[in-house]
Amino acid sequence: MKVLFKRPESLSATPTHYCPGCTHGVVHRLIAEVIDELELRERTVGIAPVGCSVLAFNYFNFDFQQSAHGRAPAVATGIKRARPDLIVFAYQGDGDLASIGMSEIIHAANRGEKFTVVFINNAIYGMTGGQMAPTTMPGQVTTTTPMGRDVKDVGYPVRMCELIASLRTPAFVERVAVHNPKQVINARRALKQAFIHQRDNVCFTFVEFLSTCPTNWGFSPIQATKWLEENMLPYYPVKNFKIPENTGG
Amino acid sequence: MGRILMKGNEAIAESAVRAGGLWYFGYPITPQSEIGEYLARRMPEVGGVFLQIESEVAVANVLYGAAGAGVRAWSSSSSPGISLMMEGVSYMAAAELPCVIVNIVRCGPGLGGILPSQGDYFQAVKGGGHGDYRCMVLAPSSVQEAVDLMPLAFDRADRYRNPVIILGDGMIGQMMEPVEFKEQVFPPLLPKDWATTGCKGRKPNVINSLYLDPREEEKLNFKLAAKYDEMKKKELKYEGYRTDRELDCLLVSYGTTARVCKTAIQRLEEEKIRAGLLRPITLFPFPEEKIYELAQQAKFVLSVEMSTGQMVDDVRLAVGRTKPVYFFGRAGGMVPSPEEVIEVVKKYVDGGGR
Repeated sequence: MKVLFKRPESLSATPTHYCPGCTHGVVHRLIAEVIDELELRERTVGIAPVGCSVLAFNYFNFDFQQSAHGRAPAVATGIKRARPDLIVFAYQGDGDLASIGMSEIIHAANRGEKFTVVFINNAIYGMTGGQMAPTTMPGQVTTTTPMGRDVKDVGYPVRMCELIASLRTPAFVERVAVHNPKQVINARRALKQAFIHQRDNVCFTFVEFLSTCPTNWGFSPIQATKWLEENMLPYYPVKNFKIPENTGG
Repeated sequence: MGRILMKGNEAIAESAVRAGGLWYFGYPITPQSEIGEYLARRMPEVGGVFLQIESEVAVANVLYGAAGAGVRAWSSSSSPGISLMMEGVSYMAAAELPCVIVNIVRCGPGLGGILPSQGDYFQAVKGGGHGDYRCMVLAPSSVQEAVDLMPLAFDRADRYRNPVIILGDGMIGQMMEPVEFKEQVFPPLLPKDWATTGCKGRKPNVINSLYLDPREEEKLNFKLAAKYDEMKKKELKYEGYRTDRELDCLLVSYGTTARVCKTAIQRLEEEKIRAGLLRPITLFPFPEEKIYELAQQAKFVLSVEMSTGQMVDDVRLAVGRTKPVYFFGRAGGMVPSPEEVIEVVKKYVDGGGR
């Protein structure tokens, strides 16, 4: 019998705690598929952030470190500098990476640390219950912006890919989405490219995933997808921002 | 190799390299920047890693990652920088990761100044960061002793899977003294089979400090406490100076101030005042039994520090109400002189230990 679909070896059998319609599960699976495909599982170390994906170490089937809030790029730096033969990725949400961890991500990127960052941007704090994130959209209602995000008061959302791509050192920077099959296929391609660049010791690689949070947005999963398309896609364009010099991608 | 003249900071760096501390991550801060500068030159010669990191907040988390990957990672800083490291130190204590952190203490609080102080005693010995943990704390009082304690610090960090702090001060870091790098042999260590080195041929390893189930978190807390109790039984280090006799005064002092006390004790002999010194080398664990024991030979106890009174709390706990415990300290970068210590001792001797 030909197997058409199975759980990647890099995913554990543990059911996740993620809410219905949340895209963490999709992104976890993509990472696992890519690591399996590139045969990297036995030398991969993931880093879990603080936030909804704090328990990511339960869902993957390889070595993991759990990091302090926002410090995953510092932890990844330590692992990669200690053992450059390992494949290392930091998995971070937008509060973790773009707020409390802004310093760590920018400097790791600028040093050209040879690991991969998977950045989940759902425009809100998930685990703490739906507060404003640096990536929250103008006018978006959250528990700490009950009248909607007022850009005159707290500024515009941070575009991390654009920020990181403005640095000279980082090699591969791409924003993707996973709200429909076409986008998932594209996201998988970008993610695989990032891990290939890391495997080939090219440079720092960064992939941002536009994600949904139906629970804290207060929508059904289908409404959330529509909200992402209408509000996030125009502000956060899905595209490649940087490819390594002299590799053609 | 014979004795050579070296600055404290550079000698500490060289000793760490020889002890296998080949992964150094740091951020410049006076009065310890020579440690990083020395290693920036030295690490390439020995195949080690020197990396300047963007902040001490990040440094401690880089140590977490490197230690979790199974290598001997360490850093150094001075007081304000050590405060920034406390987040990562708490996480390392919780995740049971070994690391060595050298604190060349400067005066504070706040930005303070760049001169020597012992004002970080509480932070070093009582945990320092959030949560219920302790670091092992070693306090050298000479450049040679700092050199000798580095290999021990790395060994004990690995043995207990716990952060170890070398609590120096600006004087230890900045002065030059003759040093000898002596080979030290330790019993074999267990393999680091918990490290995240890739899961080939085994189940995945996870380095973690998150326990949502209170029963599990309590289990961790008591496991750590048992480890600290073991340190108290096995790791006490101290030096007694002229304590093998009845004493008018027992001085308790560590690091640079202990040297001042020794000079004071010698001069007090000329005035027929018998003083002795107990110098803790481990500040955690603290030699409380020894201090109690020696206090019984003395009329009173005097804690001498470069602070407004920190270690004296632990001295009082050790001595209880069995003898009077007094305090003398200079602060803010002022180093006590032997004359000042002599004067204070004489004041209490004349007062009959009252």
